[in-house]
Amino acid sequence: MIEIRNVSKWYGHTQVLANASTHVAKGEVVVVCGPSGSGKSTLIKCVNGLEAFTQGTITVDGISVGDPKTDLPKLRARVGMVFQHFELFPHMNVLQNLALAQVKVLGRSQEEAATRGEALLDRVGLRAHAAKFPGQLSGGQQQRVAIARALAMDPICMLFDEPTSALDPEMIGEVLDVMVELAQEGMTMMCVTHEMGFARRVARRVVFMDHGEIVEDAPTGAFFDAPASARAKAFLSRILHH
Amino acid sequence: MNYHWNWGIFLEPVKSGDETYLDWLITGLGWTLAVSLTAWLLALTIGIAVGALRTTPSRLLVGLGNVWVELFRNVPLLVQMFLWFFVVPEFLPRDWSLWVKQEMPAKEFVTAAICLGLFTSARIAEQVRAGVGSLPRGQRDAALALGLTLPQAYRQVILPQALRIVIPPLTSEFMNVFKNSSVAFAIGVLELTFQARQMQEDSEQGIETYLAVTLLYFICAFTANRGMAWIEARTRVPGLIARSG
Amino acid sequence: MGEFDFSVWGPSLPFIRDGLLFTLRLTLVAMSGGIVIGTLLALARLSPIVPLARLAGAYVDLMRSIPLVLVILWFFLVIPYITGSPVGAETSAIITFTAFEAAFYCEIMRSGIQSVPRGQLNAAHALGLGRAQSMIHVILPQALRNMLPVLLTQTIVLFQDTSLVYAIGAKDMLKAADVVGKNYNRPVEMIVLSALIYFAICFSLSLAVKQLQKRVAIIR
Repeated sequence: MIEIRNVSKWYGHTQVLANASTHVAKGEVVVVCGPSGSGKSTLIKCVNGLEAFTQGTITVDGISVGDPKTDLPKLRARVGMVFQHFELFPHMNVLQNLALAQVKVLGRSQEEAATRGEALLDRVGLRAHAAKFPGQLSGGQQQRVAIARALAMDPICMLFDEPTSALDPEMIGEVLDVMVELAQEGMTMMCVTHEMGFARRVARRVVFMDHGEIVEDAPTGAFFDAPASARAKAFLSRILHH
Repeated sequence: MNYHWNWGIFLEPVKSGDETYLDWLITGLGWTLAVSLTAWLLALTIGIAVGALRTTPSRLLVGLGNVWVELFRNVPLLVQMFLWFFVVPEFLPRDWSLWVKQEMPAKEFVTAAICLGLFTSARIAEQVRAGVGSLPRGQRDAALALGLTLPQAYRQVILPQALRIVIPPLTSEFMNVFKNSSVAFAIGVLELTFQARQMQEDSEQGIETYLAVTLLYFICAFTANRGMAWIEARTRVPGLIARSG
Repeated sequence: MGEFDFSVWGPSLPFIRDGLLFTLRLTLVAMSGGIVIGTLLALARLSPIVPLARLAGAYVDLMRSIPLVLVILWFFLVIPYITGSPVGAETSAIITFTAFEAAFYCEIMRSGIQSVPRGQLNAAHALGLGRAQSMIHVILPQALRNMLPVLLTQTIVLFQDTSLVYAIGAKDMLKAADVVGKNYNRPVEMIVLSALIYFAICFSLSLAVKQLQKRVAIIR
């Protein structure tokens, strides 16, 4: 589904991605982790072309992201993305947030979009909040709406960019529950996250990044039980002992 | 020097005709409103477009937007009035030039409205650019990630938010338009300041004249201010102010 | 396209220079006078004496809500009644701009003073400085420094606004260009020349202010 081959990226003279290669197969959940500044957010934003990369190729469902001829909006419409800071549109209510791209991008009617939106709000347990504005919701509720918004586009895969990092601890669970359920239904997911419990439960593989490099790309069990590199060991001991 | 007050002056006829001075001031107010409102609409349309262009990833568009703003910001408005009125027609093709000089209806008004509109558009562009710049970058990413094109993202997501943010500075720009429209007297638009000078010379009751005109400008500014406050209240989004960063 | 003859620029230069000198004098006097009076107004607006604060506030609001051209006409009309004899357009312009700009510099200085952390005033008091001393030696220098780019930007606006003395016929640069244009029957060329001069001066000043802005960060 997602193929990342030898991707490098420079900002001026600083290299933020160094020859990164990995893949996410259909129905697979892959967790990307690593210390801050390791390039994991940049990598996931390259997958739907929000960030340009300097070298290498990324294909999603066979379509090359870096190819200037690719219709990026069309590709992005099929790839769901969830952001660290939710990024709901604050001037629209919850249902309007869900309907916007369905109408403008997929060409669905307002009614179709609303029906689909309400069904997804039901699923994330927020049907009652459809008429509220994002500023009136808690962080956890906003992030669930953001997930519903991405799902409303019927994506072929989902990208999560640290979806729980901006949340108060008591709200992390409600968001992870939605993500776990999604994974169990067979959604293809690439998740940048530090939630190692989530990784253990649903991830097929864990990709560990540091300084723009993919240091380790291992099946989940192997990664946690016997990390191959010293950097991954150090990272794991830091993150698990907190 | 002693001043001879005459508050009845407004109802007296002007020296060279059967209008009263009040008629002059009413005409003046009419042209002030016409110039200001036309200029404001022009300024909003162009200013928002130019301001938005200055935030796009295209260096060419950003550069053009910057040139636009610098051109209009660094020449006095009065000189711009003269440029539009006397100089620009000379640079048009011969037929157009003749038409503009001889046949264009309400030439002074059209020139003043265009001039003031473009002048103000540069100032609005600056506000809009700042407004867009103050939005979190993730908003643009989120819009694009949903498959919206960049123009769609601006129309649906970025500008509706940025414009709400810039309503307070736009309010003072709107009030400035009324004040700046006074410069149009210099190219012969019969607006309030033109009429004030004319009435002062004709009636020699300068203080009454200027007091009346000052009051009228006050009313314009006040109405503009209330109007924008009404728009601000109507477009307010619940919970938006509570949201930080 | 009309026919242009830019050779008129040559003989116009002495007149333009004289006009520009007046424009600059007007700008500099109104700037220094405006900053001094504006600072006093700002202190008045922030003063705990309510009537004084109100009065200063009313003056500032009045000046900021009517068109500058009208203010110029007002002063030109009223000054002779106060002084008892007619004054020239130039003198009237200098008085007008100083009084008018004071209102704008006042608002800048007010936010400048408010940008200085309260702790600075406490520290000055703790050292035994009196109210006036604290203001002069501690608060105002920091306020000025913080607001320097804004003060200079306002001065560029002022420089452009001086062209409005056209309304009372004072002999500034624009007037000089106007007169030469009429005498040589080349008004278009002279308007273009004055536009170019204004642009050259204002654009380079605004570039300089941008450079300054990069170097002087507000210290809080």
